[in-house]
Amino acid sequence: MDVVLEYRDPILRGAGVTILVALCSVILAVGFGLLGAWGKLSGSPIARRVCGSYTTLVRGVPDLVLMLLLFYGGQQVLNDLGAATGWWSYLEINQFVAGVCTIGFIFGAYMTETFRGAYLAIPRGQIEAGIACGMSRGKLFRRILWPQLARYALPSFGNNWLVLLKTTALVSVLGLNELVRESFVAGRSTRQLFTFFFVALIIYLILTAISDVGLRWLERRYSVGVRRS
Amino acid sequence: MAEERAPSLLESITEFSENASPLDFMVILEHWDLFAEGLWMTTNLVVLALLIGGCLSIPLAVARANRTPILNQIIWGYVYVFRGTPLLVQLYLIYYGLGQFEAVRDSILWPVLRDPWWCALIAFTLNTAAYTTEIFRGSIEAVPFGEVEAAKACGMPRLKRLQRVILPSAFRRSLPAYSNEVIFMLHGSVVASTVTIVDILGAGRELNAKYYLAYEGFIAAAVLYMILVYFISRGFKFWEKKWFAHLRPREDAEAEAKQPGAAAPQTALVR
Repeated sequence: MDVVLEYRDPILRGAGVTILVALCSVILAVGFGLLGAWGKLSGSPIARRVCGSYTTLVRGVPDLVLMLLLFYGGQQVLNDLGAATGWWSYLEINQFVAGVCTIGFIFGAYMTETFRGAYLAIPRGQIEAGIACGMSRGKLFRRILWPQLARYALPSFGNNWLVLLKTTALVSVLGLNELVRESFVAGRSTRQLFTFFFVALIIYLILTAISDVGLRWLERRYSVGVRRS
Repeated sequence: MAEERAPSLLESITEFSENASPLDFMVILEHWDLFAEGLWMTTNLVVLALLIGGCLSIPLAVARANRTPILNQIIWGYVYVFRGTPLLVQLYLIYYGLGQFEAVRDSILWPVLRDPWWCALIAFTLNTAAYTTEIFRGSIEAVPFGEVEAAKACGMPRLKRLQRVILPSAFRRSLPAYSNEVIFMLHGSVVASTVTIVDILGAGRELNAKYYLAYEGFIAAAVLYMILVYFISRGFKFWEKKWFAHLRPREDAEAEAKQPGAAAPQTALVR
């Protein structure tokens, strides 16, 4: 136990990085998800095709494979592009950016389905009524679509968030100093790997428990005005 | 006059692949055996974990659904821990962590626990068992009470009720959720490559390291995983069709609905 206290700072810093990665990528994922849902529901066949292959691709390929592909392959492609155009000389993607981008991209596909399902649950008549009242597109989204979208999407969103939180552990494979990697380093140097991974396990459990409570609060908040049997 | 030998087809393809094409596909094809080995490793790990985990989860789910005192709380805790933490940490805890204890290192189990393959199998099995327990519990609880009541009225004892009424109905109900779990397990199995196991991703990483490549190995791995996922989802679709046959709308009924009055009465007379 004393050993853990000794390494308290790096472990807590690692946990902070984990939370930061998760928050940044969930924001990105919501962006991708809204975009994807809009594309899938839009009339344009090209947008539908693109978004459809996006979700199929992401759900077919494991997250770590995509992450490594983006981190190593993306860097190569960027540098080849830079060499070909002469716009930049050498770029290095850092692990944080690579991790956030890949996780955001992957969970964007799951969020696409979430938002698409939620949108389809909104009664069509309400949208028509909004248009009939002369609401602009932005106002329609803000006043009618978003509040209901949030309500219908929340259960599935919460699920995605919990999976996303656990997926951030994979960023340690890229070498980012987040919770798992910090525990690994601390455990290696003290020869107490079990102790430190156990601590990491507990921290993840605490994070999921807090998320659970938070999500339940959000669900209550967004379902004000829904009658329950 | 020295005659210049025309390059063979294979040579020119290799030449194109190495220099012109952005993706050096020949190097992947040359190492097909590496990927075949990886494919075998991934498949046996995932299939074994799913089989053992599935068998483990049935009694656990029954105990949870019956609210067996004490056992219920313990299983709840087990499921909560394994579902609330990353598979990577669970694997590290077993593979790297257990060696910390002298008792483990001295025990006869040490040769097993030192082997990354066994550690991965244990971690995957425990993980999938936790998720599957939750799926089965849900579907056992969703079995209509009337069915159970009818079985009781027929005088079936507890075990027979489980075997003949509750479990078949529950398995069928949990098929869609279980197909997701199978795909998640396949996706999750990539963490095996972080503990030196050469699975599909491991093969890709090895190829990249050998030739200083940036993406060839990963793309090959991604394609292989996609093919696997495709076959898994096709397989489950087929199963669902077979087992949910009684829930599908009758095909002739559908046709009838489209063209009212076109088909119906004569067939009734024939029978």
